[in-house]
Amino acid sequence: MSEFFAGKYWQTFLEVLPTIPMETWDTIYSTVLSTALALVIGLPLGVLLVAGEKGGVLPLPKWVMTLLNGFINLLRSIPFLILMIMVIPLSRLIVGTSIGTKAAIVPLVIASFPFVARLIETSLREVDGGVIEAAQSMGATPFQIITKVMIPESLPSLVSNITIAATTILGYGAMAGIIGGGGLGKVAINYGYYRFNWILEYFATALLVVLVQVMQSVGTRLAVRCDKRLR
Amino acid sequence: MIEIRHLTKRFEGKNGTVVALQDINLTIRDGDIYGIIGMSGAGKSTLVRCINMLERPEEGSVTVGGKAMESLTPAQLRAERREITMIFQQFNLLMQRTCLKNICFPMELSGTPKAQAEQRAKELLELVGLPDKANAYPAQLSGGQKQRIAIARALATDPKVLLCDEATSALDPNTTHAILQLIQKINRELGITVVVITHQMSVVEEICNNVAILDGGKVVEEGPVAEIFSHPKSDAAKRLVFPSGAPHGGAIPGRRCVRVAFNGSATTDKPLVASLALECQAMVSILAADTRQVHGQTLGSMLLALPEDADGARRALAYIAEYPGISYEEVEA
Repeated sequence: MSEFFAGKYWQTFLEVLPTIPMETWDTIYSTVLSTALALVIGLPLGVLLVAGEKGGVLPLPKWVMTLLNGFINLLRSIPFLILMIMVIPLSRLIVGTSIGTKAAIVPLVIASFPFVARLIETSLREVDGGVIEAAQSMGATPFQIITKVMIPESLPSLVSNITIAATTILGYGAMAGIIGGGGLGKVAINYGYYRFNWILEYFATALLVVLVQVMQSVGTRLAVRCDKRLR
Repeated sequence: MIEIRHLTKRFEGKNGTVVALQDINLTIRDGDIYGIIGMSGAGKSTLVRCINMLERPEEGSVTVGGKAMESLTPAQLRAERREITMIFQQFNLLMQRTCLKNICFPMELSGTPKAQAEQRAKELLELVGLPDKANAYPAQLSGGQKQRIAIARALATDPKVLLCDEATSALDPNTTHAILQLIQKINRELGITVVVITHQMSVVEEICNNVAILDGGKVVEEGPVAEIFSHPKSDAAKRLVFPSGAPHGGAIPGRRCVRVAFNGSATTDKPLVASLALECQAMVSILAADTRQVHGQTLGSMLLALPEDADGARRALAYIAEYPGISYEEVEA
């Protein structure tokens, strides 16, 4: 038993262990920040996807909608691994570097905002058309319908979908370890994959699993709590 | 006053153009309760949506209080929609807001200060009889209660016109009655003109003064409710007044039978069957009957079997022929 713990993998594990809290923090930080930024871009786009279509509350010219849909589909069809490499120059431009947790946020946001826009679109489509019509019959402006009806009425669904986005971004963030992004993904790839340290690989992965579990249960609980349709 | 002139509405569908409304002409007086009745697909919901321009007609004009609705700018139209509010079959309340906040909603849209809006909302909750539901969510209410909240919400901006789109169609008969009473009260006490869209004749009977019958996108009959009900001319009107049709069958072979139609004789008139027995000693039996009272008048028809003896039958027939307010025909079994 003592021999087992004396192995070099355990030695490395014990050496790396003190950095784990910081790496966990990096993962949480980059996930939360990327989700927030993806939401900043994705929410207005998701709103436009619903409000801008024919018969929507703010109909936009057809070519605008075609362009918007095409743009979102294009970004969504690039595999994340490739996208990460493609945006390296952009990361340098924005953050000043292409390595580290901050730099990884650029590809994370670019990869996730189109996904977030689609999720927002799905949530907003759940709002009953009758309620929107009622708001129109009361003299609501398109902007008022968006901010006072569509978004608040679909809030539980939005919370659920943003949770899905956040857990997906966490997964992408772990992949960013490959191009020098920080966090638990980096630990799993650098020690586990490149140096065959299965202990660190499993340990970092287990922490990622725990993070996803926690995020998902918090999200589900929030969604249920804010839904007033349930008695 | 609401004036609808030569209104035509078309929908472009996959299978060509559908004419939903064709050359509609209606005048609704201020303070009236006006019914627009028709079967599903007759175009009544489209018609009511043309009044507040939720649907834009292709031709014709809608004038409400002297303003031509179709020529208003979007901002003017929004202002005008505060004067012409609407309630719906599915209530269309905001499910994530409390009842109080739902009633505040239209005032919030128009920029009424919050405290003032809440004060007004509380008054309206009193008016609709739900003062204790301020902090309840719509999901916690029954259908009738939801419609009361919707009515309170519709009244929040002090409208001149209330449009009711099948407002009682999702409710049970008792609740329907209570909601209709409330609408009538609002009409009387606040002087709001009410336009009632329905497929239920009973709704028109209960609260409307005037009615237009819509069939296939056209107004087939229009006028005071009692008049339309007593002399339904069009097929659509007849179908609505007597949904199950005139009573059939039941004539007895070998016996002389007569179908008697009541054309709106006053209910207080002496009863026909009893009079036959008392005044001409003719014992008739009722084989089938479908009559109803509308605004104090009897409408409908009855199938009577005349007395078996030839003399009695002749006497009864002569009596019926002289009876006021009815018409008759002899029918074979």
